[in-house]
Amino acid sequence: MQVTVNGEQRKIAARTVDALLTELDYEGTHFAIAVNFDVLPKSRWAETMLNSGDEIEIITPRQGG
Amino acid sequence: MVRFYDQEFSSRLLIGTALYPSPKIMQDAIRAAGSQIVTVSLRRETAGGKTGDAFWSLIRELDVTVLPNTAGCKSVREAVTTAKLARELFGTSWIKLEVIADNDTLQPDVVGLVEAASILIKDGFEVFPYCTEDLSVAMRLVDAGCKVVMPWAAPIGSAKGITNRDALRLLRERLPDITLVVDAGIGAPSHAAQALELGYDAVLLNTAVAKAADPVAMAGAFKLAVEAGRAAHEAGLMDARDFASPSTPVVGTPFWHAVS
Repeated sequence: MQVTVNGEQRKIAARTVDALLTELDYEGTHFAIAVNFDVLPKSRWAETMLNSGDEIEIITPRQGG
Repeated sequence: MVRFYDQEFSSRLLIGTALYPSPKIMQDAIRAAGSQIVTVSLRRETAGGKTGDAFWSLIRELDVTVLPNTAGCKSVREAVTTAKLARELFGTSWIKLEVIADNDTLQPDVVGLVEAASILIKDGFEVFPYCTEDLSVAMRLVDAGCKVVMPWAAPIGSAKGITNRDALRLLRERLPDITLVVDAGIGAPSHAAQALELGYDAVLLNTAVAKAADPVAMAGAFKLAVEAGRAAHEAGLMDARDFASPSTPVVGTPFWHAVS
């Protein structure tokens, strides 16, 4: 199905957030994830189903002022 | 000691983690500044990337309290969601709340800021709002529940120092119980000292240290300036006046009556 990940259109096979991270080779440990502006706690990544058209943001710590 | 919500700190210099020539210099500069609170941000991670992990391990080595920001957010919705992402990512309810109105000046959108602050405080956040020096905005933020208010000295990264001293002084007088931080626009240690002399509780800066020729040495200079400014405030500065007042005693001046 078609989703948007960090602003880019992607065709994915994954059905859950956890599976999406694996499919897209996210290997780090410090992420926060929002789907359609809703922040998903890590405890819900495995159970959260993705839908076509979802907007997913995968966010990590970065330098800031 | 300076209080930020229910925590107390001895350092009155909050420092950013961006724009340093190298990660090592960033760490050394933060240590030289003696800062106990550092600002961090959140950005998109590219697939397969580990940029976030690498940066986060550098910060954890420093043993400091992190204050995540919502830099770059232009709407209430973006800022609120970013704050929630920060809480999830950093495990803190602290958020340096930025809602930006204009790309060239990075002028805070004070209307959106008050709205976002209200939403976040109701959700349990401890908000550090980046605002202008406008008293009415600061009062709205306090009404919303902010116990810290962070007016700019000048636009972010401009190094102009305190451009509206009278307004900052007024904020201090009208909000005596709020922790006030001058955030943004500081270019030199003397600017930071001025903020502390005005009675501000702390300063937050980044570019002035990170973009100095020697960031580590400059961080040390800012540490001294902040300590000097605070010590001067506690000592009680004299008031300015329009005319001279001789410091040497006048009585007994030689040839007193000889001068026509």
